Amino acid sequence: MKHKTLSGIAGHIALIALSLLFLAPFAFMVSTSLKDEKQVFTETIQWIPSPIHWENYPAALLSFPFWTYLKNTLMICVGTVNGTLVSAALPAYGFARLRWRGRDAMFYLMIATIMLPAQVTQLPIFLIFRSLGWTGTFLPLIVPSFFGNAFSIFLLRQFFLTIPEELSDAARMDGCSEWGIFWRILLPLSKPALATVALFAFMGAWTDFQGPLIYVHDEAQYTLAIGLSSFLGRHGGQWNLLMAAATVVTIPLIVAFFFAQRTFIQGIAVTGMKG
Amino acid sequence: MRTNSRKTFLSREQRLGLWFISPWLIGFVLLTLYPILATLYLSFTDYRVLSPPRWVGWANYRELLLDTENFWPSLGNTVFFFLELPLALILGLALALLLNQKLRGMTIYRTLFYLPSIVPVVANAMLWLWLLNPEHGLVNTGLRAVYIPAPAWLASPLWAKPALIVMDLWAVGGSMVIYLAALQGVPTSLYEAADLDGANAFQKLVSVTLPAISPVIFFNLIMGVIGTFQYFTQTFVMTKGGPDKATLFYALYLYQNAFQYFRMGAACAMAWLLFLVTLAATFLVFKTSAGWVYYEGER
Repeated sequence: MKHKTLSGIAGHIALIALSLLFLAPFAFMVSTSLKDEKQVFTETIQWIPSPIHWENYPAALLSFPFWTYLKNTLMICVGTVNGTLVSAALPAYGFARLRWRGRDAMFYLMIATIMLPAQVTQLPIFLIFRSLGWTGTFLPLIVPSFFGNAFSIFLLRQFFLTIPEELSDAARMDGCSEWGIFWRILLPLSKPALATVALFAFMGAWTDFQGPLIYVHDEAQYTLAIGLSSFLGRHGGQWNLLMAAATVVTIPLIVAFFFAQRTFIQGIAVTGMKG
Repeated sequence: MRTNSRKTFLSREQRLGLWFISPWLIGFVLLTLYPILATLYLSFTDYRVLSPPRWVGWANYRELLLDTENFWPSLGNTVFFFLELPLALILGLALALLLNQKLRGMTIYRTLFYLPSIVPVVANAMLWLWLLNPEHGLVNTGLRAVYIPAPAWLASPLWAKPALIVMDLWAVGGSMVIYLAALQGVPTSLYEAADLDGANAFQKLVSVTLPAISPVIFFNLIMGVIGTFQYFTQTFVMTKGGPDKATLFYALYLYQNAFQYFRMGAACAMAWLLFLVTLAATFLVFKTSAGWVYYEGER
């Protein structure tokens, strides 16, 4: 018994030390964002600046078109989330709840595409969108999400598999079509899994850098990720402003995470479990 | 006529199944299969986007394999970066094991360790440029406080890659969560049996825990290999491949070929080489895994 509590205390001490180590960069980011230039470049680190320079936040946000970039990012995020949800649920149903010859072969083919490096398809896709005249618009960033993302389909399929088959059988007895079962029974029961997929799609679009880098050239169409990197180029060395901007871009994701923590962690666990 | 022959060719179930998966299937043909083949074709051409592609045979591949200026360094840097995989495995697993002890407040610690992995890539890059600042950054201030020599990190050809590895390890929470879920799925009966045999904690780790979660380790390893080959945004934002090409990674050089030098043919050749290497790496990990991956239900 005594041994147990002792190892428990040791465990807590290790965990607290590690937590501090993992949190220190965040603290440094926020702390720097509240300093003026003199306070930034001191010999020893001042964790809580005095006085606190809140004005860095408006200064950082006013020194680049933050609201425009935010609006662009949100437009792409909303489009992508819609596309991903629509195009992941249907195939997931086809893979999880229908029995047909060739299904498993198709499924393994889809799983294999998860391993495909983006670079192998990226250049011809760029050329296709370019010949369609879509470069310089958000279409190349949104439209592909309407064609079924393998990771999302896999995640939803795993969830659909856990819903008892008897529900579908009973509905079939009552003459319900497969579409009806999908739309009226499976989807309403799958809200948590759909939320996970939506969340991942949102996060992916929010942080995507290479996509907008390739397709968006006009400054008025920059996303936050691109805008932030050009901000870095122009304000290199002004760490207080840079950290304020980085904090602003990070906070929405941390808030989203706290609201949907369970959804999040379960989703990651599912995608990681079955390789 | 046509619809008739299709009807006999595909059963009702198959048509229904294909209808349901059609969003993915159409996407697969248009955005995966066709581009892979187009990449292969373009890799044998000289293509500078503005004029139509011109067939040049193996020239792109030959030039790449003889290119000791950029291609081989980019491959070498990428291979060096594989060092991160065992480190991330050990750290991620160690954190997961610590969290799996049914201590009070486990979910709080899990959240804290996980948070770094949701920081947007560009914000993360900016943060670490500052953390790794040789003069005033947190890392070197900390090192100097305990009298460890502080390297110039991203400004030093020797330390730039280790700096990026340290930065990546901060976000190890993503794989930690996966390991943790796997650990919680290990049947307690296995541990009870090991207890009966008088196994100590270390023996239980080696002969029960690790075999039981080996499929997950295996999955993370494959995704790690593939992810390393695609490592791009951090170097693009932070170092642009420097100093002295120390962080010129494969994906970065590929991007530069395609979108900065407009050598689409060469970029496509690099993409296909990447495809082959990925296939080979995945195959190799699969092959060797037979000896150490244990799947439940497998006899």
